[in-house]
Parts: sequence; C-alpha cells; structure tokens
Amino acid sequence: MKKLNRRKKVIIWTVFLVLVFLCLYACGILIPEDVIASDFLDAKHMPSWKHPFGTDALGRDLFFRTLKGLSISITIGMIASAISAVIAILVGISVAVGSKPLDSLINWLIDLVMGIPHTILILLISFALGRGLKGLIIGIASTHWCSLARVIRGEVLQLRSQPYIAISRKLGKSSRWILVHHMLPHLLPQFFVGLILMFPHAILHEAAISFLGFGLPPEQSAIGIILSESMRYLSTGMWWTAVLPGLTLVCIVLLVDKIGEHLRKLIDPYSAQE
Amino acid sequence: MEQKKDALLKIQNLSVSFRRYNHGLEQENLQVVSDLDLTVYPGEIVAIAGSSGSGKSILASAILGILPNNAKVDGNLYFKGETLTPQLQQQLRGTKIALVPQSIAFLDPLMKIGKQVDGHRRPKPVQTRKALFARFGLPQEIQYLYPFQLSGGMARRVLVSTALISDAELILADEPTPGMSLDQALEALQMFREIADQGKGVVLITHDLDLAFEFADRVAVFYAGTTVETAPASDFKKGPDALRHPYSKALWHALPQNGFHPIEGFQPYAGNLPPACLFAPRCPYATEKCRTQAPLLREVRGGEVRCYYGA
Amino acid sequence: MALEAKNIYFRYNRKQAWILQDRSIKIEKSQRLAIFAPSGYGKTTLAMLLAGYLKPIKGEILLNNMPLPRKGICPVQLIYQHPEMAINPRWKLKRVLDECGTYNADIIDTLGIEPAWLDRFPAELSGGELQRFCVARALISGADFLICDEISTMLDVITQAQIWNVILRETERRNMGVIVVTHNRYLADKIANQTLDLTV
Repeated sequence: MKKLNRRKKVIIWTVFLVLVFLCLYACGILIPEDVIASDFLDAKHMPSWKHPFGTDALGRDLFFRTLKGLSISITIGMIASAISAVIAILVGISVAVGSKPLDSLINWLIDLVMGIPHTILILLISFALGRGLKGLIIGIASTHWCSLARVIRGEVLQLRSQPYIAISRKLGKSSRWILVHHMLPHLLPQFFVGLILMFPHAILHEAAISFLGFGLPPEQSAIGIILSESMRYLSTGMWWTAVLPGLTLVCIVLLVDKIGEHLRKLIDPYSAQE
Repeated sequence: MEQKKDALLKIQNLSVSFRRYNHGLEQENLQVVSDLDLTVYPGEIVAIAGSSGSGKSILASAILGILPNNAKVDGNLYFKGETLTPQLQQQLRGTKIALVPQSIAFLDPLMKIGKQVDGHRRPKPVQTRKALFARFGLPQEIQYLYPFQLSGGMARRVLVSTALISDAELILADEPTPGMSLDQALEALQMFREIADQGKGVVLITHDLDLAFEFADRVAVFYAGTTVETAPASDFKKGPDALRHPYSKALWHALPQNGFHPIEGFQPYAGNLPPACLFAPRCPYATEKCRTQAPLLREVRGGEVRCYYGA
Repeated sequence: MALEAKNIYFRYNRKQAWILQDRSIKIEKSQRLAIFAPSGYGKTTLAMLLAGYLKPIKGEILLNNMPLPRKGICPVQLIYQHPEMAINPRWKLKRVLDECGTYNADIIDTLGIEPAWLDRFPAELSGGELQRFCVARALISGADFLICDEISTMLDVITQAQIWNVILRETERRNMGVIVVTHNRYLADKIANQTLDLTV
C-alpha cells in the first residue's frame, strides 16, 4: 500500500473520530426509555455480557444509561459552546470596529469573568435560573466565551495593524466591508477550532454541576447524576457504578479534544508543512 | 584536487529541495537550488548577488546545516578540505563559521544585548565587545538594554557584532546592511574587509549590486538556484563586455546608472524550471542546444560561467 | 493640482524626539520628486503622512488646498516596500485587483502580469511579481499622486528596471505626480526631475 503522508493520516483520523462521536451520540438518542427502566430483580449486578457496565441499585442497565447520559451531555455541550463561541466572536469583532475605550471595557469584562472560578459562577447562574436544562446551558454559555474571545481579540488586533487593511481603507472600503472580506476569513478557522476545544470543558462542567445537584433533575440520566447516585453505593463495593460511566466521560472528552487538535493541525499553516 | 585543499569553503553541485504539500493532499519535492558551485578562498570577500528566490539565503542555511526538516540536501560541501557533515556543522557553527542573520528578529527578545553578543564564550570577551561597539558608534550602555529598545539600524550593527566577536574563519553575512546609514554600512563592510585581510573568508549575500561590486573581491551571480557566473568584482565595474554570462550583462544594463534597460520575463519558479539552461527562455543568444542540454560551469578568463557561449 | 505638506511636525509619542520638524514639501501634478535619505531620517514616516496613513501632530497635508478626503478612494496612493504585507495572503490575486475598481486589462498587460497569476495565492509569487500587483492596484484606483516608498529595494535590478519603466510611462500618460522615496542616489537621479535630500 502506498505510504500515506501526514496530512492524509490526520484527515482520516479526524473523519474516523467524528464518526465514532456521531455514532455514540445517535445511540444515546435512539435508545428507548424501557431499556433503562428499573428492574429490581436485576439490581446491583457486576458487569457481565448481559450488562456490560453492570446495573445500579434500582436495577437500571448502566451501559445504556451512560450512553443516554452522554447524549444529553453532548447536546448541552454543543448548544452551550456554540452560544459561547458566538459571544466570543461578537466580542472579538466589536474590538475590530470599536474604539479604544470599548476595547478596554471588553478587556476588563474578560478579566472579570475569568477571575471568578467557573464552577461557582455556573452554579450560581444555574441556581438563579431554577436549575434544569435552561439554567445549565445559560450558565455554561455565559462563562466559557472568555478565552476564545481573548484569542480572537488578539487576532483582530494583529490583523488591524496589517498594511493591506490600511490600503483597503485608502481604496475607499468601509470598516464593515473590511471586516467581512479581510478579517472574517482569517477568524473563522480560529472560531471553529475554539468551538470544538471548548466543547469538552462544557460537558465536564455540566457533569460537575449536575453531580453537585445544581444542574439537571435527578430523574434524567445525565452522567453527573449517575456519578452522584453511585457515591451512595461506593462503600458497599459497587465500584462499577462510578468507574465505568466516569471513564466513558473521560474518553468522550479526550475524543473531542483530539478532533480539535487534528483540525488545528490541518488549519495551521506552520505545522502543515512538517 | 589541489584547489580543494586551499579553499576555505568549497561547494560542488549543491542541490536543495523541499518536501511540501501542494493544493490538494499530494506531497511533492520542490527543487529550489540546483547544481550550485561556490568556492571561497582565505582572504577574500565573495559577494553573492541574485534576486530573491535565487537561493541565496538557502545556501547560507545549507552551509550551517540549519535548513528546516523538510529540506533535502545533495552535493558536496567542504570546509578547509573536510567534508561538512551534520556533526561537523554543529561543531563549527558559531565558532569557526559565523552567521550575520538577515533579520533583526534573530535577536533573542528576552536577553540583554551585552550578554547576547558575548554568547557562551569564557572568559567573556568584554574588551573585544567594547571595541566593536565603539567602532560601530554604538553607545556602551546598550549592553544593558533589550533588543526592542534599539532602533533598527542599531540592532543591525549589534547583529554584525555578534558575528565579528567570534574567531570565525568564515563569516556568512546575509543582507547585513539594510537599515544602516551609509556611513554605518561602509564601516561594517570595512570591517569585513579587515577580517578578510587577516586571512579569513567572508561571504556577503546581497541584492545590492553596487555594494557587491565595491567591496567584494569576487562576485557570484545566482539565478534560479544556480551559479551562472563567478567573476572578479572589477569585471562588473569595467562593464558588460568584461562579463561572461548574458544574465550578468542584463543585470549590468538594468542598473539605474547604466541605462535602466531591463530584459523581458521573469526568473522561473522552483517546480517549474526550464529543462536545460535555466536562463535560456530569457536569453537573446539561446540556441537549440541551450534548451535541451544543461551547460556545465567552465572557466573563462579568470572566472567561471555556466553558458555555452559566454566568452 | 498640487500635493502639499505645510510645516508638518511628527513623532509617534510624546517621549520621542521629533522625527519630522517643520517640514514643507510641495509637488505639482505631473512632477516627479525623489525624497532621498539614508534610513533613520523619517522617509517612510513622511510617505505615510503624505498619503494620509498618519496624521501630522502639527501642520497639515493639503491636496489642492484642501485636506485629504477621509472617505472614498484616496487620490494619493502609497505603494509599500514589502508587497507581501500589502496583500491579503488569503486572497487570490484576481481579488486583489478587483478590490481597487474596474479590472483593466491594459494596465495588467503593460505591467507584465501573466493571466495565470490571477488565479494564484500571494505565497506562490515572488516579491517582484507581487509588487507589480501593488502598482497595478494603485494605478487602477485612478489616483492623482503615487507615493513609492522604497518599492524596489527588495527586488533585483532587472525587476526594478521593469517596474519603474512601466511606472514612468504610465504616470506620464495619466499626468500623475510621483514621489519616490529611496536611499539609492542613482535611482533618484534616474527617475525624478526634482530631488529632496532630508539630510540637509
């Protein structure tokens, strides 16, 4: 077989990882509720062929519960990080067209939000909005935009000092025209990579908040709920209720992180030539 | 064979190609330097003149062994008769071969100037540095400053100092003078002259032809990654009749003081080079032979030329 | 029509010494002025001021006794020393030409721009080839004055002669004023009919 070059390998890997991710997500959504219904006759089973992740104290199959939980986490993560990334790019762009005081204000705001620990902030926002899906998404979305906004702001400032932007202005182009035609094409790749790398943070925070009991209601199969329920039974030796769903969450986070890294390699012109 | 012993630096048939990705996903090899020859004897300044993209800076990197990883080098390089291997290059660079880099971005932004010029040498060459700074008209206090606190011209002079402070026998100066005032540039070149007179060699890479003619002993003209002519600098002052290669003649005619008459066309791209003589498509004297068979470098009147008809 | 700098002062910040102090220049349309000085004398700063890229701290830049227009295509166009920084690296070169107005096959032809280059990205062309696009862009914009800031310093002499011969021919035909900023005395003498030496 012809030896593949690095760039092709990266693309194949990325496509493969995205497919795995989509499969997991689809499984989680398509699983009917009755598969994870409680069955007291089947409770507290160790992992087996019938129940790969074992069953919990109420006799629910943990494998399918975990999958279901993941798909909920992924949905929340995607919505929240998409909102967050949009906030980030809007903030970044307002630096591009705005004045110096606006830039200082935005910088101050970024520092402020980054200064408060995320978990506490999400917790407070989620609590104030009455927990549940909505509170959680708003909480995550309103805290995760800062670092990406900072990256985009830096990029915008660097772009703004480029001679071709100044020339464009002297050729009679408006700020808006320059933003759309000169700047956005540079920013969009940053935006997408930032979006994907934000996603693992979002689902980890979602799990953490749910675990602490300030996120999703307990009847949902979210990973955070599964983990917090399992805490009660850990001392009785039911290790699998915490370890296996927890590991699955870690795997998903690493998977998405890898996708982001690969995409960055494909977009970044410097690493592309190696 | 005899000359190879005497020469400080001898380069034969050097070729450099880069592996890169084209638009799609295919990898390709891009030949940027082909069949390049250059010899530097002790006690002389050899200027390398050529347009950007003619392989000047790549040559310097190849001699020092600091080309990026995706580069492939073929051909023979000798330093004082010894083959330049990667190990030898690592040993020699900074001690026996010094580089004056092309851009002031090569200064470490977080290191003070004095420390940067001294380098790792023990004992610290403080006196030599002070003398160098004095000659360049650099205030001694700048040794406590960071590069960003210097003007462009000052940083340039610091870069030249970093190379001159070493005991290098060969100095590769890659465009050392832009940004300096005329006096400073002349002073820097004067110092290169003195170093050469001490029996060392200087390779002066420049696209400023006036400078090359004025200060070098010999001028090597590069075109599309190869040497088309090596001639005593005096030949360039004498005029086009003393020159051997049609490209050198074209360079002479294009100078503002010599009529400002350009020839047509462009230097060919790496990856899209003519099959035989690289200059043939633009050459007024090209014949069928030039388009089918690449000419070899041959000696003509105390110089070398890569052309069938140069005389 | 004349471009004029009236007693201009400039420095980048208050702590700095003046780069330009009480400098006045006047150039009529159809004249060619060379500004000659070694580096460090504020040649580039003066070029940027005249083209309206910077504002003088004191004094004024006048075109026909009026300040430079702030909106629309500027009648004073500057060509930079480094063409690769003056062109968006993500744009194909066709787009670069489209940015400045109507596509003009005539200019492109005289500048020796090959049609095949239009579909390439800037990284695929050499500095000399890119500089042709910058010149084309400035000419197509229909400017009255052209300021050339060391535009051929980074180019080889053949390309330099090729580009300058076109600029001289075209600006003469269009009756444009040209300001040449250079450190090369021979080039200044060859191109301009007036020389301003900033060192004196």
